[in-house]
Amino acid sequence: MALTRSDVEKIAHLARLALDEEDIPRYTRTLSDILDLVAQMNAVDTHGVEPMAHPLDEVQRLRPDEVTEGDQRDKFQAIAPLVQDGLYLVPKVIE
Amino acid sequence: MNGMADWETDWEPVIGLEIHVQLATRSKIFSGAATAYGAAPNTQACAVDLGLPGVLPVLNEAAVRMAVKFGLAVEARIARRSIFARKNYFYPDLPKGYQISQYELPIVEGGRLEIRLEDGTTKVVGITRAHLEEDAGKSLHEDFHGLSGIDLNRAGTPLLEVVSEPDLRSAKEAVAYMKKLHTLVRYLEICDGNMQEGSFRCDANVSVRRRGQHEFGTRTELKNLNSFRFVERAIRYEIERQIDILEGGGSVVQETRLYDPERDETRPMRSKEEAFDYRYFPDPDLLPLVLEEGFIESVRATLPELPDAKRERFVYEYGLSPYEAEVLTASRELADYFEAAEQASESETKLTAHWVMGDLLGALNKAGLEITQSPVTASMLGGLVRRIGDGTISGKIAKQVFEAMWRGEGDADRIIETKGLRQVTDSAAIEKVVDEVLAAHPQQVEQYRAGKEKLFGFFVGQVMKATQGKANPAQVNEILRRKLG
Amino acid sequence: MSLHRLGVRQLADALARGECSSVELTQALLARIRRLDGDFNSFITVTEEQALDQAAEADRRRAAGEAGPLTGVPIAHKDIFCTDGVRTSCASRMLDNFIAPYDATVVQRFKAAGAVMLGKTNMDEFAMGSSNETSYYGPVRNPWDRERVPGGSSGGSAAAVAARLVPAATGTDTGGSIRQPAALCGLTGVKPTYGRVSRYGMIAFASSLDQGGPLCRSAEDAALILEVMAGFDPRDSTSVDRPVPRYSATLGDSLEGLEIGLPQEYFGDGLEPAVAAAVEQAVRVFERLGARVRQIRLPNTALAVPTYYVVAPAECSSNLSRYDGVRFGYRCRDPEDLMDLYKRTRGEGFGAEVKRRIMVGTYVLSAGYYDAYYLKAQKLRRLISADFQAAFAEVDVILGPTSPTPAFPLGARLEDPIQMYLSDIYTIAANLAGLPALSIPCGFAGHLPVGLQLIGDYFSEGRLLNAAHRYQQETDWHERIPPGCE
Repeated sequence: MALTRSDVEKIAHLARLALDEEDIPRYTRTLSDILDLVAQMNAVDTHGVEPMAHPLDEVQRLRPDEVTEGDQRDKFQAIAPLVQDGLYLVPKVIE
Repeated sequence: MNGMADWETDWEPVIGLEIHVQLATRSKIFSGAATAYGAAPNTQACAVDLGLPGVLPVLNEAAVRMAVKFGLAVEARIARRSIFARKNYFYPDLPKGYQISQYELPIVEGGRLEIRLEDGTTKVVGITRAHLEEDAGKSLHEDFHGLSGIDLNRAGTPLLEVVSEPDLRSAKEAVAYMKKLHTLVRYLEICDGNMQEGSFRCDANVSVRRRGQHEFGTRTELKNLNSFRFVERAIRYEIERQIDILEGGGSVVQETRLYDPERDETRPMRSKEEAFDYRYFPDPDLLPLVLEEGFIESVRATLPELPDAKRERFVYEYGLSPYEAEVLTASRELADYFEAAEQASESETKLTAHWVMGDLLGALNKAGLEITQSPVTASMLGGLVRRIGDGTISGKIAKQVFEAMWRGEGDADRIIETKGLRQVTDSAAIEKVVDEVLAAHPQQVEQYRAGKEKLFGFFVGQVMKATQGKANPAQVNEILRRKLG
Repeated sequence: MSLHRLGVRQLADALARGECSSVELTQALLARIRRLDGDFNSFITVTEEQALDQAAEADRRRAAGEAGPLTGVPIAHKDIFCTDGVRTSCASRMLDNFIAPYDATVVQRFKAAGAVMLGKTNMDEFAMGSSNETSYYGPVRNPWDRERVPGGSSGGSAAAVAARLVPAATGTDTGGSIRQPAALCGLTGVKPTYGRVSRYGMIAFASSLDQGGPLCRSAEDAALILEVMAGFDPRDSTSVDRPVPRYSATLGDSLEGLEIGLPQEYFGDGLEPAVAAAVEQAVRVFERLGARVRQIRLPNTALAVPTYYVVAPAECSSNLSRYDGVRFGYRCRDPEDLMDLYKRTRGEGFGAEVKRRIMVGTYVLSAGYYDAYYLKAQKLRRLISADFQAAFAEVDVILGPTSPTPAFPLGARLEDPIQMYLSDIYTIAANLAGLPALSIPCGFAGHLPVGLQLIGDYFSEGRLLNAAHRYQQETDWHERIPPGCE
C-alpha cells in the first residue's frame, strides 16, 4: 500500500513525532514497503478465527488492596527535566 | 410546576450522563500507591503511576469487587470475562500516553436505575454500561512563569465510569438520576461521594429534537459539571443554546464544551478541537479479567439493603409517610441514625422521625456537619424522644434539652436532672399553683365565668409560667376546668 | 589461569574451591573490557566501582558460608533492564540521561544471588533491530569479524560474551533478539516461554512478545543463569505462577526416543546453503544421540513476519508514548508550547527505526484500519500458534536454522528495513506463539558461526537445554573462541 507524503505527516502528528523535512520521502517509501509486506496477511482467510491477544491462555491475577508504595518523590524528581514545588512543569496546558 | 419554558411545546431534550465514580479503595487500581486525597503534590505517585520505563500494572481486587457490587445493585449483567484496553492520547496529566480503560468488553452491562420525579411519578433510566478505568492526574494552571504544573497523585485512582442510556428528558431528570446514583454508591460504600474533591464527577451528552421526531439531534458533550447545581444549570443553558441555533436555521456542532460556572455558560474546549483517534487496543500488560460464579456470589453477599428497598420498608415497617421515608433514606448513614434513634426512643417512631427531620437536620445543616459528625448521637436523640413520650418532659422543654445536648452537656436524662426540667405531674402540687393563680386574678375568673372562655388559655399560661413550663399540660387543663367549672 | 576463558559453571566451581576470589575475577574482566571493548563497543556503561563493591560483598558472603551457585560470578545486563542508580539508556538518546530509580525484577534476582554486574550492554535502540546498528551509542562489532554485525537487538550482550569479556549476559527477545545474535556470535541463547521471566523493569518494546533470557557460551551455563532469572513475579500480571525446575539437574538426560521435527518451511528459499549444511550436520548428531527425526509442516510460517510487523509496532507505538519529556529522559530545548514539546522531544529523542515502527503502529491502530491490520494480525497469530500445537502433538522439539544467513556486513541492510526484518524469519513465530526456543552454535559458514534453533512446547525449557547440552557434549562449536579473543 502506497502512502502519500501527507499520510505520513498525519501519522507523525498523531504519534507526536517531528520529522525532518528531508527525511519524509524516505519514511514515505519505507512505511509503504512495510505495509506491502504486512499486506501478505490478506492471503489467508481468517474468517471465524478467534483473535489472540496473549500467547498464554491465562487470566488476570488480582492484587490485594494494600498500600505498598511510599513517597519517593525526591528520588523520582531527581531525574525529571523540570520541576518546581514538587510539580512537573510543562508549557501551559489549555483546557 | 414553576412554569414551562416557552420552547417546551416544540422541543424535546435528550440527555445521557457519564458519571465517573471514584472507587473508595486504599490503593490505586494498578499500583500500590495510596489514594488518599489532599497529599502534597506527587507524593502518592509511585513508579507505576508515573509511567516510568519498565513498570507494569497489576489489578486491584477491591476495585473489581466494587464494580461488581455496583453492577449487582443496578441489576446489570456482570461480564464473566472482561478486557482492559488502552486509550491512546497525549496529555500531560496522562503519564503513559494512554489510559487503561475498558472498551469492547466492560465489566458491567445493561443495568437500570429508578428515579422519582418531582410530581411523584417514577421513571426507569437505563444504564448502558459501567467500566473500570484509571483516573488521570491534574494540571494546575497557577502561573509557574507561563508553565503549568502537573500533579500525578490522582493518576491511577480507580474509577467506575457509569454510562446511562439517553433516557433523560430534562435538566431536572438528569439531576434526579445523578442524585440517585450518588445515594446508591454511598449506600454500597464504593465511593465517598465527595464532589468537591472530585470523587463523583459528571459529563453530560445533550441534544434536542423536535417533539415527535424519532432521530436524535447532534449532541454536545459537557464537561466539568462538579455539583448537582452545575449539572442542572449547564444542561439548561446548553438546551437553550442548541434550540436558539436550530430555530435560527443553524446546526449544532458535535463538540466537547466546558461549563463555566462563573459566567453560567458553556464554551468549546480548545484542547478537544482536534478530532481524537484513541487507537484503542487490548492492553497486552493485562490479561482477561475472568470472574467465577463464586466470586460474584461472594460480592452479592456483601450487598446492603438498597435505598429503594429501605424506603419501602420504612413505610410499611415504621408507618412513615412516603415523603418521610424518602428523606430518612437519602443516605445510609441517616437511615442508620434514624433506626438507632427509633430503637433508643422505645418505639416513639413518628416522634423520632419528626425530631430527626426537624431539629437534628436543621442544626446539622446550620453547622455544616454531616450526620456522621453529629454531636448528638442517635442514642442521645432517642433518649430525648423517649422522655417526651413517657411524659417526663414536654415538647417545649425538649428543645432546651436538645440544645444542651448539642452543646455537649451530656445525655437527656442528665440534663433533665441537673437542670430540674422534669415535668410536674403531682396533682396536689399543680392544684396548689392553680389555686394561687386563680386567687391572684379574681377579675379574670369572674369574666371567664361570665362566658369569656378565651381566658382559659390565659390561665394555662399563668400556671406554666409559675412552674417554668414543667407542669404537665394535660393535668393543668384538667384541674383548671374543674376549678373554674 | 585465564579466568576470562572460563564459563559460568567453571567460574562457579573455581570460586567455590577458592581458586580465585570474586574481586580478582572482577578486576581481571574489567581490565579486559578496558583493553578490548574499544573494538567491539559492546558496553554502553561499565559499572566498575559498583562491580568491585559487589565482588567484595560476594567474597564476604562466601567466607561466611552464605554463597549460592552464582555468588561472585560476573555478568552483564542488556541496557534495557532498569538498574537502580545506574543509567538505563535502552541505547536511545531519549534515555541517555535516565538514571533508573529502581531495579528490574531480573536485576534484583541476580543481586540476591550475589552475581556481580560489570555493566550495561549495547543494543538496538529500544530493542528494535536485528543488527545492533540502531543504537544511539554506535554499532557493535562482531568479534568473529569486526566488519560485520553481531546481530540484534541484544548485540552488545552477544559480542561481550563471545569476546570473553563476561561469561554471561542477559538479553531480551521480542522477535529473535536473543537467538539471532547468539547464532551470529557463536553462543547459546535462550528465549524462555512467555511469562517465565518477569518483565517488570524490562523496558517494554512489544509487551505480548518480549521475554528476557540469557546469552552464554553453553547450555549448561544457560541453565544456571535461567534458574536465577526465571520465576513468578507478582509485579507482572503476565508472569506465570509456576515453579521453576532445576534445569541444570536434567541436562544429562538421555535423548533416546526424543522426537525432533524439521519444518519444511524452515529449509526453503532464502536459506544460505552453508547454514543449511551446518544444520543438517547437527541433525545427524542428534540422531546419533538417539533422537528420531522427521519432517513436519508449519504452514503459516511465511505469515509470521507480516503478522509480527503489525503486532509489534502497534504495541510499541503505545508503549513508547510515555517518552514525552515531562517526567524523565530527554526533553527538547525551549518548547514553544505543549505540542512542540511532544513533537520535538520525540522527534529528536528517537532514532529513525524507532520512529518508523511507532508510525507503523500508529497507522495500523488508527480509526478505520484496526480490523484490517491489528485484528487480522491477532487472528493470524492464532493460526501460527495452532500450527505449533499441531506439530507438538507429533514431536517433542522443532529443529531448524536460527537465522537464514550468518553475520552480514555492517551497513548492508541498514537502508532496507524489509531485508533487515527478514533476518528474523525463523525466530519470530516462537514469540508470536509464546513458545520457548534456544539457539546453539552448530558449525561455521566460512569464518562465521552458524546457529541452530530448537523450539519446544510451553515450559519445556528443561528439555531444550537438555537436548542442547547433550549436543554440546558431542561437539565443540560452543568452545570456539573468536580470533584475538583467546
